[in-house]
Amino acid sequence: MLTLTCPYCGVTVEETELAPGGEAHLKRFGPGASDEDFEGYLFARKNPKGVHFERWRHAYGCGKWFLAARCTATLEVFGTYPAQTTEPPAELIAKINEKRPNWGGWK
Amino acid sequence: MALRRYSMFAVAREALRFHAGWERAWQSPAPKKRYDVVIVGAGGHGLATAYYLGKVHGITNVAVIEKGWLGGGNTGRNTTIIRSNYLQDPSAAIYEKARSLYEDLSQDLNYNVMFSPRGLLMLAQSEHEMRGYKRTVYANNLQGVETRWITPSEVKDLVPIVNIDGPRYPVLGALYQERGGTARHDAVAWGYARACSAMGMDIIQQCEVTGVRTANGKVQGVETTKGSIDCGKLAIVVAGHSSVLAEMAGFRLPIESMALQAWVSEPIKPCMDVVVMANLVHGYMSQSDKGEMVIGGGTDGFNNYTQRGSWHHVEETTRALIETFPIISRLKMLRQWGGIVDMTGDRSPILSKTPVENVFVNCGWGTGGFKSIPGSGWAMAELVAKGEPGPLAADFGLNRFKEGRFIDESVAAGVAH
Repeated sequence: MLTLTCPYCGVTVEETELAPGGEAHLKRFGPGASDEDFEGYLFARKNPKGVHFERWRHAYGCGKWFLAARCTATLEVFGTYPAQTTEPPAELIAKINEKRPNWGGWK
Repeated sequence: MALRRYSMFAVAREALRFHAGWERAWQSPAPKKRYDVVIVGAGGHGLATAYYLGKVHGITNVAVIEKGWLGGGNTGRNTTIIRSNYLQDPSAAIYEKARSLYEDLSQDLNYNVMFSPRGLLMLAQSEHEMRGYKRTVYANNLQGVETRWITPSEVKDLVPIVNIDGPRYPVLGALYQERGGTARHDAVAWGYARACSAMGMDIIQQCEVTGVRTANGKVQGVETTKGSIDCGKLAIVVAGHSSVLAEMAGFRLPIESMALQAWVSEPIKPCMDVVVMANLVHGYMSQSDKGEMVIGGGTDGFNNYTQRGSWHHVEETTRALIETFPIISRLKMLRQWGGIVDMTGDRSPILSKTPVENVFVNCGWGTGGFKSIPGSGWAMAELVAKGEPGPLAADFGLNRFKEGRFIDESVAAGVAH
C-alpha cells in the first residue's frame, strides 16, 4: 500500500487517508489565453513512466493539499512538500538526480 | 502462409495421426525493412486493427509489433465482459458495432473465441440509478441497441443468488441486455493473430519501440530493440503506455494511466449464468466456465505503470458485493492481478489523427477495452486506411477536447465502464 508523509501534519499515512489530485506544477491558463494553451492546461498530461510530480490531499487528516514526487514505474516515493511553491525543492531534485540520473527533469 | 482451417474434419484427421499435424497458429518472423503500416501493440485492439486493414481495406503489408508477448497486456487481464448499453450515441454506435461483430467472430476468424451472450444486468440500487438506467433503456431503443428494464422479481428469476431486499442497497430493477455476455479474452487475441498471420502480416513479439522517427512533421519509421523499421503509416495502439509512445512521437495526450484490478474466487458449481454489475457498490461479477467467480471493481486514483493495484480496492469491492451476493461471503479468493488502463477525462476513447502526419492513435479505452475490440479495430482500420475517420470514429477525435465536445460516459457508464 502506498504511504506518503503529509508535510503539514508530519504523519506518514496510507493512501486510504489521502485523495490523489493528478499532475502538479501545471501552468494555469485562463481568460485571454489561446485555445491551445487552455486545452493543454486542462487536458494534456505528461503521464510519465518514471518520476512524476503530483498533487495529493490529506483528505481524512488536515484536509490540505500537498505535492509529492513519486516513480510511477516502481511506486518509490522520493518525497513530499507543501503546495505553496511553483517548483519542487532543490534538495528533492538533487535526491532524484542521484537515484534516477537519466530522469529528464521535472518540467 | 496458407491457413489450414480448424474444423471437425481437422480434429478427426489429427486424431488418426497422433495430433502431429497441427501447425503454429501464427508465424514469428524477423522484421522487414519497411511496411505500409506499422501497428504498435499486439493486444486485441492492435491485432483487430490489422485484421480489418487486411480484410476490409486490402492492406496486408502490415507489421504488428509488441514489447512483450501477444495479448499479454490488458487483453489478458480484463474480466471479459461484453456489452453495448451506453447512453451517448457515438459510444452506443461503436460498442454495438463491436458486440455485433463478436456474434460471429468465431466463424469469421475460424477460431473459437467462446462468445457467450449469456445476458448482462446492471442493477439499480438507488432511485438515481433507477432513473438513470431507464433513461439509458430509452436511449438504447432509439439507438437500435436492444436493452430493456426489468423488475426486481425478474432480476431474482435470472440471478437466484442475488439479495434483492437490501438492507442497505435493495435491488429496484435492472438494465438488462440479453445479448451482452462474455468471451474468452486470450482467444480473441490469438484468433485475430492467426488470421492476420494467414494474410501475410508480420507479428513481431518481444520487440520494444524505443523511438519514433519523423521528418518534416511526417512519420518515417520506428526504432525498436530489433532494429529500425520504416513505415508509411504508424498506428499507436498501446493502451496504458499511450503517453509514453506519444512522447516519443512528440505530442501529449489527455490521458492518465492507472491500475485496474480483477480477481477470481476458488471454482464453485454453476450458480450464476449471467453477468451482474452493481455500480452503486462498485463491483461486478460473473462466473467463468471453470466455475470461478470473476470480480472487478474501480481503478486506483493515481498514475501508475506497475500492473499492481492497491489492496484496499480488493477488500472494498468484495465487501460491497457480499451485501448483494451473500453466498460469496465464504469463498476464498484465488488470484488477483492488475492492468494499466488509459483514462481520459470524459471516459471515452480516442481514435484520432495526431499532430504528426500519418501517425494515428487508438487509446483511452480505459476500463472498457475488451468489449470494444472488434469495433475499435474496425473503426481504426478505416481511419488508418483512408487517413480520415469514418462515421464510427468521427466523434472520438483528439479535437473534441479543444472544442469542448465531450462524450461524457463517466456518469453514464458508472464505475465498471
